[in-house]
Amino acid sequence: MTVEGRAQDAKEDPNRNPASKRVIKVLRRAPVHVALFALLFVWLIPTIGLFINSFRSVDSINSTGWWTVLTAPSGLSLDNYRQVLGQQDLGSKFLNSLYITIPATLIPTMIAAFTAYAFAWMKFPGRTWLFLILVALIVIPLQTTFIPIGRFFSNFFGTNINGSFLAVWLAHTAYGLPFAIYLLRNFMGSLPREIFEAAYIDGASPVTAFFRLALPMSVPAIASLVIFQFVFVWNDLLVALIFIGGNTDNQPLTQSLASLVNSFGSGWQYLAAAGFIAMIVPLLVFLSLQRFFVRGISAGSVKG
Amino acid sequence: MDTRIITALEVVLVVPAVLVGYILATERLISLAHGKWRERIRPWLWLTPAFVLLTAFLIIPTIQTIWYSFHNKDGSQWRGLDNYAWFLNGTGLESLINNVLWVVFLTVGTIVIGLSVAVLADRVRYESLAKSILFMPMAISGVCAAVIWKFMYWYQTPGTTQTGVVNEVITKAGQSPIPFLVDSDYKIATFALIFIMIWMWTGFATVILSASLKSISPELLEAARVDGANEWQVFRKITFPLLSPTIAVVSTTMIITGLKTFDLVYTLTANGSYDTQTIANEMYNQYFSFSQYGRGSAIAVVLLLAIVPVMLFNIRRFQFQEGIR
Repeated sequence: MTVEGRAQDAKEDPNRNPASKRVIKVLRRAPVHVALFALLFVWLIPTIGLFINSFRSVDSINSTGWWTVLTAPSGLSLDNYRQVLGQQDLGSKFLNSLYITIPATLIPTMIAAFTAYAFAWMKFPGRTWLFLILVALIVIPLQTTFIPIGRFFSNFFGTNINGSFLAVWLAHTAYGLPFAIYLLRNFMGSLPREIFEAAYIDGASPVTAFFRLALPMSVPAIASLVIFQFVFVWNDLLVALIFIGGNTDNQPLTQSLASLVNSFGSGWQYLAAAGFIAMIVPLLVFLSLQRFFVRGISAGSVKG
Repeated sequence: MDTRIITALEVVLVVPAVLVGYILATERLISLAHGKWRERIRPWLWLTPAFVLLTAFLIIPTIQTIWYSFHNKDGSQWRGLDNYAWFLNGTGLESLINNVLWVVFLTVGTIVIGLSVAVLADRVRYESLAKSILFMPMAISGVCAAVIWKFMYWYQTPGTTQTGVVNEVITKAGQSPIPFLVDSDYKIATFALIFIMIWMWTGFATVILSASLKSISPELLEAARVDGANEWQVFRKITFPLLSPTIAVVSTTMIITGLKTFDLVYTLTANGSYDTQTIANEMYNQYFSFSQYGRGSAIAVVLLLAIVPVMLFNIRRFQFQEGIR
């Protein structure tokens, strides 16, 4: 019972017995529960609808609403999933998403880790100014870089890498760095100074202090960052559109899903199943690592 | 084996090894230098990889984009402010208006709903479950949200069975169904898209505002109640002012999200049909569909200019945080 509830109950009728007090309290709270349940219902319905539609045939999707299944469950099957992963080739797009996302998460995190350590624990002239530039770079819209980078990639040390994984890896690494450095530097900077001083007195080099002390102690921040960057890249459409473009061999899930939404021709009937396959990975990450996930996403939400 | 697997494996193994090797090698290099020079060189060597990437992929391209924006289609002739004039006289104005709608309604919507839930959920036992449910759409990509809401907004001609939830509710209430995603009257399509974004981002606003709400001391609120303030007065005179710095932070995030909005428009209304075009979608059009580098760059610069105030706000906030550390 909250302080506030107790105070109000006491004010109205100090002689009421505890059982009826509880009933009064529940009744007083009823509008709160109703409002919350209504909102949560609205928030859940869209995803539940998609989930149910993903098991229905194209005829039933087009003729009746998915909610009819709740009263008369029939015609549900895994056919859409079988089709999507087989004929529609979404299995290979799923792998592309993984090929793009894993290096594009691992590389910026590693570079950010030692850059953040330098910003947090090494002294050099211009440190504050450089870091302020970094803070500014976090929110730079990616659009202001697309045209020059596209031209750069079309003659990247003599070869055209537009459409290749290398192009998106490089782009995501650079785009992810400002926020990654910012997050890790703030965390590493808040580690106790004494630990590093003691290590240096014992003759440890900065390399040892970084690998043996700073990195292991920063695991919570690194976990949040890895999850944020993984989900960000996995969910990305814009960077893939620009740097993978029309090269269908290398397109990630988001890109082929976007073209499925627009096309009423081939594959349209598998849209719900395809959508669910695309969101299953971030949803699993969310459900299993919720604490780190919320922390990472909340911190990184301002990113370009 | 698939060559893509091999490339990806190579990258996952080789690049980290190279990076660790680099740090170890810098220490070798530094040991060749004299005493006080070691401490001076080391930070720069540690910063080099990040600096090279940020300079090559963010700083130089941004400067080049500004330069292109004053040039013609392929960057060969100086055109002054022509591209900007073209943007403001043509489709650009429409996208600017739409982006203003996005920014205003997205920010107000997420903060009003987010704040209400944060305050209400504070009083119930299933608070963390409620916040999880609200936060879940944050894990979903814009494209998946588009798929989900394509089914929600599904439209069938009046008189036939509605298959989308929203139109089913509307027809059950005795109104005629609305073709949300293809309706440019009263900007219905734009508002339909903005609501999807509110659905995606309310959980974020809730989580941040709720954390800030819990940091307000209960004694302070209790003291006001003892002095005779009712719940609404307590909220307006104490809770809300104490939350306002957090509301400002959430607002900047929502402003940026509203300005950069792209995925939903690209996916659901064919990159800006039915009066839904935004700055980011227009930029994509000029760059990709028409290869108009000058115009595309000018649009990107407009987007950058719109974001500069937020950038300055973030810098100020960072300086403030460092100051009190």
